[in-house]
Amino acid sequence: MTLATATKSRRSAKKKPAQRVADHGAWFLVLPALIPILVLSVGPLLYGIALSFTDAQSGRTEPTQWIGLLNFQDLLHDTLFWDSFRIGLLWAVGVTVPQFFLALGLALLLNQNLRFRWLARALAIIPWAMPEVVVGIMWRLVYHPDAGVLNETLSSLGLGEGRDWLTGTATALFAVIVVGIWAGMPQTTVALLAGLQNTPRELHEAAAMDGAGAWRRFRTVTWPAIKPIALAISALNFIWNFNSFALVYVLTQGGPGGRTRLPMLFAYEEAFRYGQFGYAAAMGCVMVAVISVILAFYLVGRLKGGDE
Amino acid sequence: MRTSKSARAAQYVALLAYLVFLAFPFLWLISTAFKPAKELGSLDPTWIPENPTLQNFRQAFDEQPLFQAGLNSLIVALSAALVAVVIATPMAYVMARHRNRLAKAATGWVVVSQAFPFVLIIIPLFLILKNLHLINALPGLILVYVVWSLPFALWMLVGYVRAVPAELEEAAAVDGAGKLRTFLSVVAPLLAPGVVATAMFAFITAWNEFFFALVLLKTPEKQTLPVILNRFIGTEGVADLGPLAAAAFLATIPSLVIFAIIQKRITGGMLAGAVKS
Repeated sequence: MTLATATKSRRSAKKKPAQRVADHGAWFLVLPALIPILVLSVGPLLYGIALSFTDAQSGRTEPTQWIGLLNFQDLLHDTLFWDSFRIGLLWAVGVTVPQFFLALGLALLLNQNLRFRWLARALAIIPWAMPEVVVGIMWRLVYHPDAGVLNETLSSLGLGEGRDWLTGTATALFAVIVVGIWAGMPQTTVALLAGLQNTPRELHEAAAMDGAGAWRRFRTVTWPAIKPIALAISALNFIWNFNSFALVYVLTQGGPGGRTRLPMLFAYEEAFRYGQFGYAAAMGCVMVAVISVILAFYLVGRLKGGDE
Repeated sequence: MRTSKSARAAQYVALLAYLVFLAFPFLWLISTAFKPAKELGSLDPTWIPENPTLQNFRQAFDEQPLFQAGLNSLIVALSAALVAVVIATPMAYVMARHRNRLAKAATGWVVVSQAFPFVLIIIPLFLILKNLHLINALPGLILVYVVWSLPFALWMLVGYVRAVPAELEEAAAVDGAGKLRTFLSVVAPLLAPGVVATAMFAFITAWNEFFFALVLLKTPEKQTLPVILNRFIGTEGVADLGPLAAAAFLATIPSLVIFAIIQKRITGGMLAGAVKS
């Protein structure tokens, strides 16, 4: 309530008494959303962090106890977890970076005055609307060793024998990364396209008049204009990808032999197969911490790069 | 600006390549859904089924409780979308119009909530919902979806509120209307299209969601479509591709239809958010 009174006293000086009631109105407007957010998002988040310092387990009768940093010490020596963490980073970078360049190319094309642009735009965002489980199933059908279209196409082009893409240890991670790129294309493209459409046209024309080629125009006019959006969407994509679950769960369940076991899959199994709530929560905390550090370096580095 | 003919041609070729990449998995899904079992077993699959059949769809309904799952998904997604916009619209209004600490904190939460891995949220949620006896119950999942769809809903709605001219509200205030009244009689009608679009987006989000549903719903008669679809893979393995594809295709249709309706508004909303930043 201190907040409300503060705003009220600041305003009541110059406004009519009727306004006082109105500020209570503002609270009335906020509370219906604020309470669920506090109870079901902020609360659980803090609860989750607290759990990582306990030995909480599912279905145990003895009371849960504080165990300090024990979970984190165990994690430090858990090579399986760090393998999974490494795979998570490979996956997140492997998806985010190619996806950014592919989406940028598509956005630049969609920003041109091409025929059928509306059709291309509509088709390009279809993956956005699909349930992740369906995306996974769809690509399982594409990758299917016998009935899949990929092996069929490869063999009819004479590009060698078919493989079992999702269960081969050499190909599984690569195969799921391709699906990850595919699935996130629309969001990235739409964001970049929004940025491109805000680029001042006159600047482009002036640069062209001065004889700047397409690449130069892109570097000097387009890129500076879309850079904030490009940074934001690639940072978000990185986080989303690192935390993603459904796609890979449906495609490989983390197999073969853990080759595609992303950290979320690992933590999910730890929590809901083995019931180690405290330990899994500690994994979640480590994931947040490492991601924050990486992102901080990325964003600071990029923003500095722009000042040169 | 002029673009040379060869450059134009190259652009069309590139665009075509993109479309092939983006569309082929979906086309393959549809093709598989209509193929009879005999063609699916052949080692030489074709793009167009030689003898298209609806058998896969019937078989899909026989093998898994798809109808019940669809109904569950519908209940969950509709309720979550409705509740989400009803509570998010007023809050978005305050966030857009006021520059106080509360608005800033809410904006901060919208951003931060994107960064946390769900595993950190789901364990406490699981324990909380268990105490409330809301595990394996649709109301529990609805609650989770409401909160989970709020960040994006707030973000979209704040953009739409900003698009409503503040002068209109000032005029209403001069006429003696309180904030609540101004909101209900001036802002709300203008916001309606944006609110509908936001609700539809929340619907799609809930309809498509898998992780929370997987953890919170235990028995098949309570489970939503994505979870049932996943069971399809688990139980039937690789043998029944046809029914699997048919079910996956059906589960996608509602999302695709709604997305087609709001497509322009979503991109518009993103544009608004982008301009703001």
